[in-house]
Amino acid sequence: MRTGLAITTALTAAAALCSCASNETGASAAGTSSSSALQGTISGIGSSAQGSAQDAWRQAFQQANSDVTVNYDPQGSGAGRTAFMAGGAQFAGSDSFLKPEELAGTFKSCKPGTKAIDLPDYISPIALVFNVSGVTSLRLDSGTIAGIFSGKIRKWNDPAIVALNKGETFPSTTIDAVHRSDKSGTTNNFTDYLNKTAPSVWPQAASDVFPFTSGDGASGTSGVVSAVKNGKGTIGYADLSKAQGLSIAKIKVGSAYVAPTARGAAKVVGTSPVDTGREANDIAVKVNRTTTDPSEYPLTLVSNLIVCQTYADPSIGSLVKAYVTYATGTAGQQASAKAAGSAPLTGALAAKVAAAAATIR
Amino acid sequence: MRSPRRLGDRLFSSGALAAGLLILVVLAAVAIFLVAQSLPALTAGGTDLPAGFTSFWSYVLPLVFGTVWAAVLALVIAVPLSLGVALFLSHYAPRRTARALGAVIDLLAAVPSVVFGLWGITVLAPFVQPFYTFLSAAFGWIPLLAGPVSGTGRTILTVAVVLAVMITPIITALTREIFLQTPRLNEEAALALGATRWEMIRIAVLPFGLPGMVSAAMLGLGRALGETMAVAMVLSPSVVVSFFLLRSENPTTIAANIALNFPDSYGSGINVLIATGLALFVLTFVVNAVARAVVGRRGGGKGL
Repeated sequence: MRTGLAITTALTAAAALCSCASNETGASAAGTSSSSALQGTISGIGSSAQGSAQDAWRQAFQQANSDVTVNYDPQGSGAGRTAFMAGGAQFAGSDSFLKPEELAGTFKSCKPGTKAIDLPDYISPIALVFNVSGVTSLRLDSGTIAGIFSGKIRKWNDPAIVALNKGETFPSTTIDAVHRSDKSGTTNNFTDYLNKTAPSVWPQAASDVFPFTSGDGASGTSGVVSAVKNGKGTIGYADLSKAQGLSIAKIKVGSAYVAPTARGAAKVVGTSPVDTGREANDIAVKVNRTTTDPSEYPLTLVSNLIVCQTYADPSIGSLVKAYVTYATGTAGQQASAKAAGSAPLTGALAAKVAAAAATIR
Repeated sequence: MRSPRRLGDRLFSSGALAAGLLILVVLAAVAIFLVAQSLPALTAGGTDLPAGFTSFWSYVLPLVFGTVWAAVLALVIAVPLSLGVALFLSHYAPRRTARALGAVIDLLAAVPSVVFGLWGITVLAPFVQPFYTFLSAAFGWIPLLAGPVSGTGRTILTVAVVLAVMITPIITALTREIFLQTPRLNEEAALALGATRWEMIRIAVLPFGLPGMVSAAMLGLGRALGETMAVAMVLSPSVVVSFFLLRSENPTTIAANIALNFPDSYGSGINVLIATGLALFVLTFVVNAVARAVVGRRGGGKGL
């Protein structure tokens, strides 16, 4: 009885000691995987379109991982890709995916011999905003939009516009088409849409710089929005999230007229083909501008995170992996939808990006 | 005979010399940086330049034109205004009013250009747009004012007005000081001969102040040439040579073009922008040299 008690006590004590010890190792192991190993600083440079989304992600990520600092400098997509390739940034944000000639180069942050990959992280519909006195709703097809922005259609009561908007009366005001005067990914996606859908009116290939000297130029999304708001007979293009308070045109998709929505933008990106001939995890979405499905909105901007498949420094690799996994995951996409009005990644594409993010080393 | 120099003297004179040399070194460093970074751009072909341009010169010439055009328009507005204000302050206003007004004008010079830019897009451009429509309808036969009129009012004329507001304080402050330095005896002699106050100003004050007025205008021109933010924000820019004042298609300035396009440029695109910066550097250098020559020939030093 006595010995039994002693043994029990000893066992209990041992068990207590053991559990204590195992608890400690358990705690430090958990720490290794959640906060203490995630320690350090990563910096990104790139697209200003996803700047406010990055701010939301950085804030939430740094709150969850107190030893991590994530910087993002919205200098522009081109600057971001250049800095990333030269090793000046651990990741880049870019409104266009890596070009083949860039993929042929070397990436200083990555393990020698390995390449970088594109992961879509930010989808935003581009709205056509207008301000014409007496006109509340406007329906346009891509040929008419191309005519307006290239300066071929000059008056609001042009037969091409009137024909698309039966029942609406238009003034004879001159059309003042407002475009971005600075280099921008929004212009790139807008001109790509016009070039793909109305090549006979808009033969110029997609570019960051608006290709015509005609029309009204304004700097930044806010500049375009204020020019449209304050002008007479104006029309312009801007991120949907910045277009509050302005009339928004519907564009023709298939045989229907579609207003920009986050859902339509996410859907078109989800069904768009991925550029082939790239590495398996390089998800370079080529937005299907010529879709005829009226539940899709093809005038949509896709911005990418550009990261190394394998980093030269594994600790950076695990930091980037955690950050990218969060940003492109459900929580991150909800956060950016709330902060920047973007369309969350959905369905098969979200799963694909998550799988690719999991392979970052 | 030279007295032995003390340590303090030597230290101070070499310190002053170093400060003077530093200016030259900084200027030389800027020039070397601009030239070195520009060289690749001077031979740049079609792919390095924005779409539609075949050579660097065809890209930079419209920019140089726009820079000079905007600055000259601003001067045309600002110089008569500034001279009027300066004469009022120096010869017409009661002393107390002059002092208060002078302080207000100096305050205007302290407003950052970005604030003028915001004012330009949110207040001035929408305000002048109906006026432009009227101007073009009534005086459209004057080629400068031909339509179609910009629907937003963000034209080169609006930019010139904003620039004029920005350079008026500089020109006013300088010319006021010059007019105040007119020899009292000259003025009194003119009045004694029976001249009215305006005649006195015409025969005594203005001839005396001419070199100073020229150099004040040149300083204003220098500021207008290099002004970036206000132009970038207000103007609807294109890289074109165009004299029309009221259209959407306006020639842009070098500084504004760099500010708008640098953030998303990379590779040789940056070299092209830096080379346009070199062109602006040379342009302001030439303007300053011309101003100095004018002031020197007319016997500068009397005025400024």
